Amino acid sequence: MAENLLKAEGIYKSFVGVQALKNVTFEIKPGEIHCLAGENGSGKSTLIKIISGVYAPDSGSMEFAGKKYEKITPIEAIKSGIQVIYQDFSVFPNLTVMENLAFNSELADRRKFVNWKRMRKIATEAIAKIDFKVDLDALVGSLTVAEKQMIAISRALMFNTKLIIMDEPTTALTKKEVGNLFNIILKLKERGIAILFVSHKLNEVFEISDFFTILRSGELVASGNTADLDAKKFSYFMTGREFTAKRFEAKNISSEPILETKNIGIEGSFQDVSFDLHKGEIIGITGLLDSGRTELALSLFGILPIDTGSFKINGKQVKITNPQTAVAHKIGYLPEDRLSEGLFLNQSIADNIIISEIDRLTVFAGVLDTKKRTDEIARWVKELSIATPNPENACQTLSGGNQQRIVLAKWLALNLDILVLNGPTVGVDIGSKHDIHEILQNLANEGLALIIISDDLPEVLENCSRILVMKAGRVVSDLDAAKADEQMILSYMM
Amino acid sequence: MQTSWKTTIQKISRRNEPYVFLVLLALCILIEIRSGQFFSSNNLVDIASALIVPGLFAIGAFLVIISGGIDVSFPALASLSVYATTKFLLDINYQGGVWLAFVIALSIGALLGAFNGLFIGYFKLPALIVTLGSSSVFKGIMQGALNSKQLTTIPVGMRAFGTSSLFIAKNPVSGLTARMPVASIAFVIVLILVYLMMRYTMFGRGIYGIGGSEVSAHRAGFGVRKTKFTLYVMVGMIASLAGVIRVCMMQQAHPTNMLGMELNIIAGVVLGGTAITGGRGTLLGCILGTLLIVIVENSLILIGVPTSWKSVFIGSLIIIGTGASAFQVMRMNRVKSIKIRSKEAF
Repeated sequence: MAENLLKAEGIYKSFVGVQALKNVTFEIKPGEIHCLAGENGSGKSTLIKIISGVYAPDSGSMEFAGKKYEKITPIEAIKSGIQVIYQDFSVFPNLTVMENLAFNSELADRRKFVNWKRMRKIATEAIAKIDFKVDLDALVGSLTVAEKQMIAISRALMFNTKLIIMDEPTTALTKKEVGNLFNIILKLKERGIAILFVSHKLNEVFEISDFFTILRSGELVASGNTADLDAKKFSYFMTGREFTAKRFEAKNISSEPILETKNIGIEGSFQDVSFDLHKGEIIGITGLLDSGRTELALSLFGILPIDTGSFKINGKQVKITNPQTAVAHKIGYLPEDRLSEGLFLNQSIADNIIISEIDRLTVFAGVLDTKKRTDEIARWVKELSIATPNPENACQTLSGGNQQRIVLAKWLALNLDILVLNGPTVGVDIGSKHDIHEILQNLANEGLALIIISDDLPEVLENCSRILVMKAGRVVSDLDAAKADEQMILSYMM
Repeated sequence: MQTSWKTTIQKISRRNEPYVFLVLLALCILIEIRSGQFFSSNNLVDIASALIVPGLFAIGAFLVIISGGIDVSFPALASLSVYATTKFLLDINYQGGVWLAFVIALSIGALLGAFNGLFIGYFKLPALIVTLGSSSVFKGIMQGALNSKQLTTIPVGMRAFGTSSLFIAKNPVSGLTARMPVASIAFVIVLILVYLMMRYTMFGRGIYGIGGSEVSAHRAGFGVRKTKFTLYVMVGMIASLAGVIRVCMMQQAHPTNMLGMELNIIAGVVLGGTAITGGRGTLLGCILGTLLIVIVENSLILIGVPTSWKSVFIGSLIIIGTGASAFQVMRMNRVKSIKIRSKEAF
């Protein structure tokens, strides 16, 4: 049995009265790929920050590479071989690849002057370690997310690194890029570097990790061999709830379609898309990242107006040229990046809920009726079970799942006919994901027509009645969800 | 070899400097054709000497903008430090050389810059708000505590420095002459030092880094607060240097005549391709942009544009110039369109 590389024992940490970690014990061996999972607010990031020295624990002890620490400072952590790769990769988009790679070691050596030759040498050596090929003089801002990540990894490897902590490294990657990343992680493992991999994506945890640790509300709920874990146990440990996946069955589909699209297309994005959408139905649209699915979603809401083809709503020909006309036709849109497109994060939860129906809540001359406002807010907080002590709190105080519910509430307040959802549960933890699915299915049964655009195949299969698969700008198949499976969809997508 | 040529050209075409240079050249040629006076030796020397003060201010503004900040207080800062210096030297009836004026003004400038740097670097307040505030404070001190009035005479050392020249250019046709002031050496020295600092010191690269991503800079190990503080001190000193030169060249200290320069200076820097959001831009572009503004301000009269139209012209130039760089950014960020396959391909 190999010695532990890191052992953190009995870690406690609280922030102004909130207990973030309670008696957490964590260990990792050299060359081990260890997955740390947990919902938002479970204490994952706090634990990472304690290991990397950003926070000092209230009590508990740490041992790294045979040396005991009461608390470790960030510099000690780096010097003893701990590197963290944050979700934003900590790169400088305005500088070249070379500088991004060389800065850390130049600063660690306390250099005052720049020697461009030496920087180039450092950078060349750094990327050679993981066989990463890139133009050293390119600006990092012009690279893809995956390339930025490779830069962060190469940079992390320059310091006799023994442990690399990756915070949700796969969030913005395509399937192929995730594959490449995993290959590199496996190579690092061969070299005896331990990887702590933070994720709440089930399939990734199973694919890559040897061991797992799951936190819930600051407590360690399970840890052990990934081989002994299955999907059901995993979601149970994460949420403390048992889920039975409920496949959606459309109960009351309207006889007439509410929306018909005929040969719609946008030059350079997608072409010849025709489908009918009925009330009470959920259509799934799936495809790879550049299949045109996002552009199709945006065109339905008028953000990218179509060049060719036509829309019919309730049998009448209509033009959707901007979001205002879409809303006038009772179409709502839940954006992919809800943080930047769907919410006013600094504003209160309450105002975010009522923003889209604010015109209806006035007494006269645009003066707001406070009674109506309060009632409306209370109604939606209750209906969508948004977890907040006070709806006047800023929106950014909520978890991802709750934020997504507010975006939903905002639209539902308008009594829509059609709701287009782009990646409704991206970045949302398992519990909230389940709740959001339940809400969507109920909405459909109450007569709303929904379109879900997503590359999360289990999500599409579970919640849709029909699935359109897109590839290179065209719909390549129109499947009955009840008869489809993941393998089948994948074969159309690829 | 051919592909590398192509990529080099592509890279250059994405930068702002060549465009600014072309616009500058076109303007010069236009003025030359209309007046026949532009490329005369005295006019060129006049422009070079008119560039000194705005050029120094622009270098300071450039540094701050690269770091992701903005400084609108430099004219007030320069006015206060040079006014206080001149007044003090007159009061003690100083008869020595100009060096003492530089030493005092630069010290005051460093102190006032430190005031900005303290609030922006250490207390993390937004640079625009801080410098708007400090600009008022500096003006207030000058008008209240120093009871500022125009000083029509300046100490003899400063006067001598202001009138001394490197060489005099004489137009053989018109007989007009122009002096190249000694102060131009100060400008060239600052320019070279700042260039070397930005390219060959970790401090300079840190300024670019902070402008690109402050969080990343902190995580990489740059002393973000200290870098910003030092930067504002440095900018205070550069602005005060410009202030002293301005007073020497004008042969009088006027408390308010530098105020209001900040907008044209910042516009020139941005016109030269420095991103107002920080992190991107070159010193060359900064100087080209400033030169463009200086030429418009000084030479439009040569082609018969009345001075009242000058600000309209400068304003349009700024809108077109910044619009062009915004357009370039948009072009670079445009969603790559995908190739739609024909039906037969499936």
